[in-house]
Amino acid sequence: MTVLLTIIVVALFGITLWQMSKILKLSQLKNADDSEVANDEDNNIQGKLMLGFVIFIYLLTIYCFATYHTFFLPESASEHGVEYDRLMVISFVIIFIVQFITQGLLHYFAYKYRGKKGNQALFFADNDRLEFIWTIIPVIVLAGLIIYGLFTWSDIMNIDEEEGDPLIIELYAYQFDWRARYAGEDNVLGKANVRFIEGVNTLGVDVADSYGKDDKIVDELHLPVNRKVIFKMRSQDVLHSAYMPFFRAQMNVVPGMITEFSYTPTKTTEEMRTSDFMVEKVATINDIRREKSKALVAAGEEGLESYEFDYYLLCNKICGASHYNMQMKIIVESEEDYNAWLKEQQTFGEQMSAQASN
Amino acid sequence: MSAIAHADDHAHDHGHHHKETFITKYIFSQDHKMISKQYLVTGLIMGIIGIAMSLLFRLQLAWPDHKFTVFEIFLGKFGEDGVMDPSIYLALVTIHGTIMVFFVLTAGLSGTFSNLLIPLQIGARDMASGFLNMISYWLFFLSSVIMVISLFVEAGPASAGWTIYPPLSALPQAIGGSGAGMTLWLVSMAIFIASSLLGSLNYVVTVINLRTKGMSMTRLPLTIWAFFVTAIIGIVSFPVLLSAALLLIMDRSFGTSFYLSDIFIQGEVLHNQGGSPVLFEHLFWFLGHPEVYIVLLPALGITSEIIATNARKPIFGYRAMVASILAIAFLSTIVWGHHMFISGMNPFLGSVFTFTTLLIAIPSAVKAFNYITTLWKGNLQLNPAMLFSIGLVSTFITGGLTGIILGDSTLDINVHDTYFVVAHFHLVMGISALYGLFAGVYHWFPKMYGRMMNKNLGYVHFWVTAIGAYGVFFPMHFIGMAGLPRRYYKNTEFPYFDDLSDTNVLITVFALITAAAQLVFLYNFIRSMFYGKKAEQNPWNSNTLEWTTPVEHMHGNWPGEIPSVYRWPYDYSKTKENGEYVIAGQDWVSQITPLQDGEEELHH
Repeated sequence: MTVLLTIIVVALFGITLWQMSKILKLSQLKNADDSEVANDEDNNIQGKLMLGFVIFIYLLTIYCFATYHTFFLPESASEHGVEYDRLMVISFVIIFIVQFITQGLLHYFAYKYRGKKGNQALFFADNDRLEFIWTIIPVIVLAGLIIYGLFTWSDIMNIDEEEGDPLIIELYAYQFDWRARYAGEDNVLGKANVRFIEGVNTLGVDVADSYGKDDKIVDELHLPVNRKVIFKMRSQDVLHSAYMPFFRAQMNVVPGMITEFSYTPTKTTEEMRTSDFMVEKVATINDIRREKSKALVAAGEEGLESYEFDYYLLCNKICGASHYNMQMKIIVESEEDYNAWLKEQQTFGEQMSAQASN
Repeated sequence: MSAIAHADDHAHDHGHHHKETFITKYIFSQDHKMISKQYLVTGLIMGIIGIAMSLLFRLQLAWPDHKFTVFEIFLGKFGEDGVMDPSIYLALVTIHGTIMVFFVLTAGLSGTFSNLLIPLQIGARDMASGFLNMISYWLFFLSSVIMVISLFVEAGPASAGWTIYPPLSALPQAIGGSGAGMTLWLVSMAIFIASSLLGSLNYVVTVINLRTKGMSMTRLPLTIWAFFVTAIIGIVSFPVLLSAALLLIMDRSFGTSFYLSDIFIQGEVLHNQGGSPVLFEHLFWFLGHPEVYIVLLPALGITSEIIATNARKPIFGYRAMVASILAIAFLSTIVWGHHMFISGMNPFLGSVFTFTTLLIAIPSAVKAFNYITTLWKGNLQLNPAMLFSIGLVSTFITGGLTGIILGDSTLDINVHDTYFVVAHFHLVMGISALYGLFAGVYHWFPKMYGRMMNKNLGYVHFWVTAIGAYGVFFPMHFIGMAGLPRRYYKNTEFPYFDDLSDTNVLITVFALITAAAQLVFLYNFIRSMFYGKKAEQNPWNSNTLEWTTPVEHMHGNWPGEIPSVYRWPYDYSKTKENGEYVIAGQDWVSQITPLQDGEEELHH
């Protein structure tokens, strides 16, 4: 595929060069006009090319949507994500209407009114009514978007720990990995600071704080479905960003302060895996991986593993050389599975006493 | 009126000629026309470096497993055996951003054309202070040299992204590039800011004080309005970046804690306490966002002028255009927070910044509509400069529209820092401003070098670039929608992104072709400088004052007195009541032509 694409492009480029030289030659033959200022013939050709260009833009848009629609993220796996997606679709529809019309007009006018000797342009310097119209239309449309956006925004960002029974989890970022700390039985995180980091206490949890004893530190994020989660984020070194695209969630992780984000996961990993979208997506990806593996094996290297979908959390703020591989698996599961998993994890207190007894 | 009197007095000094040596004429010149050429050439050279870097990292992104000899050649120990080092990837991205934004699109674009056009279009002998103007250029040159030198330090150049967020940029333990490379980066930028401020102050003073007789503010060409307002934004916002950089220098070298707090790195707790990286983000973006408009407004000013001239029509809605420039300038200083919706700042602030950000779409929309209306019923002369101007409007719309998504705090959550952002800002400010630069060069080349550029090469340059730019950045939106983060050295660690790799190849191929097209431009530029066809005095039949000066450059611009101005610059295809052109057989009326019999002056 890659090779083919490259060949096509190189060939097209060659043709372009060839055509270029032809144009140059042609223009030099009839050298009556060497002013380097566009003449009627130039205007005619360039005007038509402008019309061609807007068709190119339309085709490119259609091509991209037809070919790349599978790139769009699947239906949101979080509660607020549904609102998010709706706002996104509305904005996109508006954008494409405006894009279609304005690009069309711009290039069509460039074609339609391409210059010709003897033509007279219209002296049209001002029109208050027109300008009023195209000021007021964006005002109204944008006001609608702003209001809708702001309501959604405050819904998402208004994090209330009292409401419902949210699960409190600390996300801890460092170069170049993530840890999660569950608040344990009491659902209260023990105090922590990087100054307490020592030995197995890699997150700097305050040993003296009794709330911390039952905290559980893990390297894989398990979330019970349909329960609100509040993430409290802490960084050990530089800025990171906790990006969970499938949940429409992102927040920077800032050293020296605790940032928060909250959502309610609504689709288990299993549900996502078996959704039509994901089945098809994973099949495509595995086809690609098999093809690549063939080449790798032929070159005497190890082939790629076949891929199974899992939610992930990735770092989305430049944080150093291995920024590109700073990820954590997220598993959304039923309440029972979640409880069973959590039970198996060691508490911070146990970890510390295990260290002490060593 | 004292300014005008001053200009008149000055005119009498120019009977005699100063003796000029090679050094005072070409190197330490105080003549704005020469300084503008110096800016342009330096900017273009930096542009070549910046674009070449983008090609290197595009190669890496398209074929992450492939070994490229070219990496070894250019990156040395960071490209051993043709494998790019992940940290040098970040350095390339960082320096590409820095060079393109500051050195090419700020100094190269605004520096070149403000210097060239402000005195020429307002009817002044030179800038208010030729000496400061010269200093401004040489500081820019010095900062460029330091930036280039920083590429060669042992641990690599600055690699914390062009936004240099601390703590990454403050701690050499976090990434090698934050050592000497970052120090040089900061020194270079501090000098750059000094240069930019000297330049801007000069532009503002010149526009206010040295306009010729009759050149009221409402008769200024839109180019001048744009440069003038750009200079003001620069004066307001660049000092804030200087403060940000100074505090960062203190944190790095003198153990202060402005941006650092609670950090454990490389097995060690740092003593820093109480600082906040969010403070840096606020300071940085207080410049960083207006910077977008510092880059874009001059390009919009240039296209306004070029579109009107080549459409043979007045720019539609002159007052609205000026008002939009002012509105954009004002709003640009209060929208910086939209870069920080998810930085951890108070969400309420996010709401405020969403509001102001979407407001700025209104003057931008007005400008786009006015451009389109200017084309309507014109007699379009499709010169290369005109094509680039139309291209600018096109990319400005395409890129601007996605801003509606990114400016909305809610929608930003999931596309923040993905390739969607990269696609957006490259189209709306990168490509658009570059088109403005190209349009300006094609249009004013005759004024700068007294020769014409080859139009056919110009056409080839435009069409390959136009198709290539869309080819690069349009598909990029889609890989962004997949949640692909920017600044990833390779995407293969996430099998979920495997199906995006063909698109990445496509983008890189388009990038290579587009970059190759720029060679056509360079060839045309250099060749035309020496062998281009000799220019006429006013090749585009333009109304503005710069075309009333002789083709051969002279100190003081006009032999004899500076012409007075009697009308606004957009009397193209103006007719008298009987339907005849104001001047028979000529569809333009120069600003220096007095009102004719039976002609009404319109009050714009």
